[in-house]
Amino acid sequence: MALFQPLPDAVSTLVHDGDTVALEGFTHLIPFAAGHEIIRQGRSNLTLIRMTPDLVYDQMIGSGCARKLVFSWGGNPGVGSLHRLRDAVEHGWPNPIEIEEHSHSGMAHAYSAGAAGMPSAFFRGYLGTELPAVNPSIRFLDCPFTGQRLACVPAHHPDVAIIHAQRADREGNVLLEGIVGVQKEAVLSAKRSLVTVEEVVDDLAVTSPNAVVLPSWTIAAIAVVPGGAHPSYAHGYYSRDNSFYVAWDDIAKDRETFAVWMRQHVLEQGPDIFGERARLCT
Amino acid sequence: MNYTATEMMTISAARALCNSDVCFVGIGLPSVACNLARRTHAPGLTLVYESGTIAAKPSVLPLSIGDGELCETALTTVPVLEMFRYWLQGGRITVGFLSGAQVDRYGNLNSTVIGDYRKPKVRLPGAGGATEIATYCGRIFMIMRHHPRAMVEKLDFLTTLGHGPTGRERRQFGVMTAGPVLLVTDLCMMQPDPETNEFMVTSLHPGVSRDQVRENTGWEVRFAGEVEETEPPTEKELQALRDLHASTERAHCGRAVTA
Repeated sequence: MALFQPLPDAVSTLVHDGDTVALEGFTHLIPFAAGHEIIRQGRSNLTLIRMTPDLVYDQMIGSGCARKLVFSWGGNPGVGSLHRLRDAVEHGWPNPIEIEEHSHSGMAHAYSAGAAGMPSAFFRGYLGTELPAVNPSIRFLDCPFTGQRLACVPAHHPDVAIIHAQRADREGNVLLEGIVGVQKEAVLSAKRSLVTVEEVVDDLAVTSPNAVVLPSWTIAAIAVVPGGAHPSYAHGYYSRDNSFYVAWDDIAKDRETFAVWMRQHVLEQGPDIFGERARLCT
Repeated sequence: MNYTATEMMTISAARALCNSDVCFVGIGLPSVACNLARRTHAPGLTLVYESGTIAAKPSVLPLSIGDGELCETALTTVPVLEMFRYWLQGGRITVGFLSGAQVDRYGNLNSTVIGDYRKPKVRLPGAGGATEIATYCGRIFMIMRHHPRAMVEKLDFLTTLGHGPTGRERRQFGVMTAGPVLLVTDLCMMQPDPETNEFMVTSLHPGVSRDQVRENTGWEVRFAGEVEETEPPTEKELQALRDLHASTERAHCGRAVTA
């Protein structure tokens, strides 16, 4: 059964130095508050898995949390580069980072295999690309029935999956809806999971056709953090802060500007600040 | 009406899409062209974004492939795994619209690194959905700005298969779809030679010379036997494109930057 905990307690219990951690949310519902809490608690040597590293991993990588990144698209959507990720890969700052690079399809299949208790996933992918030459985790096998060449990737089995969801009920069942990404797969592939939610309600009131409901017993801890996905968004609560995604380009370009921003907006703050930030996006 | 080279590029790319297409849309230039097509000659065009939104009808250009408006206006939104597995790999998408940092003469794309992979000069975002979009959509359209550093003799990294390193590898890799059939730039339109699959200029935008194209292409560019002149943008097309950009600007940047 999920334990309701303040975010700092949940992160401190569930996320350890050296863990493999997946913070998921495909553009929507990105768990920024949890990412910031990990940074504040100074976690290091993490292997970070995420399809689209987005600003949250740019911030964690720039803060020195990561040893390795497993990903498929590392840009600032519609804006350009993730400068902290680039600085780590191109110049080893603040520390060198190992990368394991996939396609979106490969990443989604790897989570799904993890959730299904499979050692690996196979699918029709990676045809003609040079990615297998730089990523030994991408291999090929022949279909035993047709001989067709299939790509094979190892399953993701993160130590911890962290997601943000719209709401939980009092028993700790969790609902997310809108663009649901790979969060169900991420949670079910992980040894432990942490969910931040906008609110706790008596009744989940499942009405939307594509709602994902995760039963309480698939979740280790729930932390109530209104606005916890900002500057990403929570469908039905607040919208994506596109202007902040644009502004991040200048903030992250320069190491010093980045450090000042992180001190002011992350290190010297707590999870409570997110509610106020998200309110400006409603 | 006066127009820019970028407007000519976007409008000629939009014209290539038709009402019955189901289009997998990349963010940036492809998204502008696809949304313009819906507002002009192809209102029935189905837009699919990799966030899982099927038949999205955004009122402004999304900044990301997962903006809330895509989901709000979509016919349905499916999980990301399903998008790649049933809809893309299952062969339901008729056309994919891609861009990249580098393209070669056979329509292969690089969106991974400039320089050596292990010690890159520039680390680019990576493959995202493109690797599988390029092999499972019926046809691929590409849109890029014409520049010798973008249209290169040899890619620094082959992220996404076009017609293959020598133009003949698609079938060898077991890929049965057509691959890149159109490359639109701000100078011209290019299509593959049916014999060799090498992209050659089939239409020059108004006022563009062959020399201009040669100077801006990193390989020795070829021209089709008959090179047409691209129809200049109509007033209706230009107005629709400018309205789209204006409403997008208001929607994304109207709010003060927070946090």
